[in-house]
Amino acid sequence: MSEGMIEFRKEFFADERDDTLKEIGRPTRRQDILGHVTGRSPFYDDHLFQGLLHMRCARSPHHAARIRRIDTAEAERSPGVVRVLTGRDVPLNLNTLLSLLDFGIDDEPLLSTDRVRYRGEPVAAVIAETEAQARAAAAKVRIEWDPLPHVLDVEEAIRPGAPAVLDVYPGNRFVYHGTYDHQKLRYGDVEAAFRAADHIVEGRYQMSPIEQAPIETCGAIAAPETNDRFVCYTSTQALFFSLATTAKVLQTPSSRLHFIGGTVGGGFGGKVDSVHEPLAVLGAMLTGRPVKFMWDREEEMQVGAPRGAERWYIKDGVMRDGRIVARKFTGYFDSGAYTRLTSYAVIKAVGHLPGPYTIPNVHADVSCVFTNRTPATAMRGFGITGVDFAIEAHMDKVAETVGMNPIDLRILNAYRDGDMKAHRRLAKNCALIECCQVVAEKAGVQLSNASRAASSRQGGGGDRALLPAYTALDQAGRVSGFEGGSYARKAARSRPAPQPVPPAPGPIGRRATTQPPPQSAPQRPRAAEPPPAAAATPPPPPPRQGPIRFSSLSGFRRR
Amino acid sequence: MPKKPVTFMLNGAEQAAFADDGQNLLDLLRRGVGDLAPKYGCGQGGCGACTVLIDGVPHLSCLVLAETVDGRRIETASGLAGARLHPLQEAFMAHFAAQCGYCTPGMLMAAKALLDQNPRPSREEVVEAISGNLCRCTGYEPIIEAILSVANGGARA
Amino acid sequence: MSVVVETYATATEAARALAGGDALYLAGGTLAMRSVNAGEAPRRLVRTTDRALKEITPAGDVVRVGAGVTMRELLASRELGFLHAAGRQVGGPQVRAMGTVGGNLFAPHPYGDLAVALLALGARVLLAGQSGARPLADLLRDRARAGLVTHLEVPRPREPRAFGFLKAARVHPRGASVIAIAALLPREGGRVRGARVAYGAMGPAPLQATSVERALEGQALDRATIDRAVAAAVQGLDPPTDALASSWYRREVAGVHLRRLLESMERG
Repeated sequence: MSEGMIEFRKEFFADERDDTLKEIGRPTRRQDILGHVTGRSPFYDDHLFQGLLHMRCARSPHHAARIRRIDTAEAERSPGVVRVLTGRDVPLNLNTLLSLLDFGIDDEPLLSTDRVRYRGEPVAAVIAETEAQARAAAAKVRIEWDPLPHVLDVEEAIRPGAPAVLDVYPGNRFVYHGTYDHQKLRYGDVEAAFRAADHIVEGRYQMSPIEQAPIETCGAIAAPETNDRFVCYTSTQALFFSLATTAKVLQTPSSRLHFIGGTVGGGFGGKVDSVHEPLAVLGAMLTGRPVKFMWDREEEMQVGAPRGAERWYIKDGVMRDGRIVARKFTGYFDSGAYTRLTSYAVIKAVGHLPGPYTIPNVHADVSCVFTNRTPATAMRGFGITGVDFAIEAHMDKVAETVGMNPIDLRILNAYRDGDMKAHRRLAKNCALIECCQVVAEKAGVQLSNASRAASSRQGGGGDRALLPAYTALDQAGRVSGFEGGSYARKAARSRPAPQPVPPAPGPIGRRATTQPPPQSAPQRPRAAEPPPAAAATPPPPPPRQGPIRFSSLSGFRRR
Repeated sequence: MPKKPVTFMLNGAEQAAFADDGQNLLDLLRRGVGDLAPKYGCGQGGCGACTVLIDGVPHLSCLVLAETVDGRRIETASGLAGARLHPLQEAFMAHFAAQCGYCTPGMLMAAKALLDQNPRPSREEVVEAISGNLCRCTGYEPIIEAILSVANGGARA
Repeated sequence: MSVVVETYATATEAARALAGGDALYLAGGTLAMRSVNAGEAPRRLVRTTDRALKEITPAGDVVRVGAGVTMRELLASRELGFLHAAGRQVGGPQVRAMGTVGGNLFAPHPYGDLAVALLALGARVLLAGQSGARPLADLLRDRARAGLVTHLEVPRPREPRAFGFLKAARVHPRGASVIAIAALLPREGGRVRGARVAYGAMGPAPLQATSVERALEGQALDRATIDRAVAAAVQGLDPPTDALASSWYRREVAGVHLRRLLESMERG
């Protein structure tokens, strides 16, 4: 980085900081850049294999449909085709990515067998000698569809009577810990504060799905290794997710898998879903040969998971002087057809509310909603950037309503060290005020005297460190039919748990020595039976007396 | 399917390979010859990651029919360094002009084509020269600076 | 399912081979190879090595241009200087090194910027196995049945200032057109005589904006005339909607860009 591109404002928080910077502001070579400029960095496709096979999928053209029949006969006879995989070949054909963290219910097949829920969902995987042959043969997979009603809008999806995207979540909302169909944040009493406010400011903010569009498309190459293991070169950003997901879905011990990643041609969060490796490894297992599964550009853009769209409604109660006394959020994350990571995105978003401001009454209902869109995944600032756009656009709207300079408004409402935040933790290491001051200076915006004198280290704490005397709680969005416990399951009476399917009969060209069948190895001991669901709602816990203590994760500044 | 023999110069050395009918040059270079520097990004000519020089002129190898390069002179990023790195390679490293590195081989060839023809380009000419190459990581500025630093007589740290 | 490549020494032989059906002509490859890579090409790829398709020959007040001339070769030719403003804006350097003048005539929406310029200039096309040149406008109206173009005869504008070209794209340089406009406005005694105005990306193929031509014909190129031309900018047109711009957007901005082009030509 050339000098002069960074301006250091060392006068801020100078007494808290050791300014001997050894790396920041100096040109430092990336450890991998020599490989990049010589063309030697080993992206997953930069590995040559003798006898490499190519995999391409037959995909749903419908947003939602039942599959009546999958006929692979013509595809199997197509020139160069070695094997065609369907869901029956997948040992455990139902998964959710975060089951690895004990969070969520398995909802997504690797290859769909009876139902598809988004356009592009894979139904069969054709493996052939060349990419062109695989492509031609995939077009010959004959699937009989019964198109179903579909829903593409989050608010339509949660209306009663909307088509259910997933049987597991009939209300089209992810269920958190078997209890609620959304994440709740309750702090103080927004309705009372609205009644006392001088202004009510409302806004609706919508963000589209955003495609990460890396130059390298997603993919993996898997090949048999000598000691009954399989090597897999992958584009993944999440090597251990990919390894463990593959082990789970293929019901194989992870010790049989040798995963090599770490060189990603642009990820930006879009290469974490781990859908390539299981198919590539399965292909290698069932053919005994190296198999490459690489998305072309069209798949990368349409089938590849984008950052999910979000819709936010924000309602503020504002006093004449610009103080925001109440903020109410209703947020909808469009997860698309499957859960993947969106359940987690919502939790991140809720932890972020109401933004970097001290607001004494905050209320949020945020849902992970299922629609028949392409399943969503992570992208930079996962779960946060959408709501930040909504919050900051809304702050400008509030400023306009009260006739205040938008930067003055932010400084007025900014959190200060020692303030209690809506998630019941004390704010520390705040710097919004200082950032606003520098922004105003750079933009040539004249601030009020109060704004110019403000500091993150002054004016916080005291009364502002107290929890609200009363917080309005509610049981809205309570669901039934789910068993609680650390890994919430749909109640046994409404849906049987998925049974692992034994792999289909042996591949063409299997090695002469007989291999023992792959061990079915669960990744962790079965969870203890959850207690029977309580007949009545337990009483809410008594309000806490003080802030939750926690150790600082960053520890950048000494106190 | 009969294959067609193709003989060409690759980074100064004579190469021979067999092309399938309809095979593109990118595929021939990567799988047929084993030069993994040019990359697949789209197969549509939109991203430039496959850029190679044919007789000194930048081409999208994913859109070049492999058999048409018989007798021609091809350069890829694999051939930029001899005993020492090419000034463009040094400059890219010094200016942080690569992050994920996937667009880099194509970018380097587009830059080389420019400097071979026009050793002292303007900034506008540099922008034009890389306009057929997409980068999703750097925002292009470090790449433009790296190329200009070579254009102005040597990589500047 | 795999393509078969057939290479012919002459354009005439290639044209005959194309007539056999299930075939795609391969010139520069910037469009045809996309289909091949996607597995969507017909079974036969027909190409020719005929050097006659590479000629650039001035002949009186036209320039004879082989259909196989690339944008890069066009940009290196002084004879074709009047086409440089358009040629420079086609694709990036790689696309210009590969893409041909002939191929640009058959490029699907939103491509075909050079064809827009050629249409406004009143270019004529010669086809293999056919005698006599035909107006490019005729070919553009029915491209699927056209045959193999071997040459173009491109009339040179009598004064360079009489010809203008503008391309509006979301990405600069090299983006595909939201709209491209070419205008040939020769002046006689201060009035426009023989106005030709062509649009790209405003229909399924490059087309002439006849309402605009009528508004300009016989008029001085002044503010009032420009206003009338802009008012007629999208008359009778139904621009496509695509990933770059909606039909509505193209209708909204066509007049804005037309005004900018005409005003720049008015200033000279």
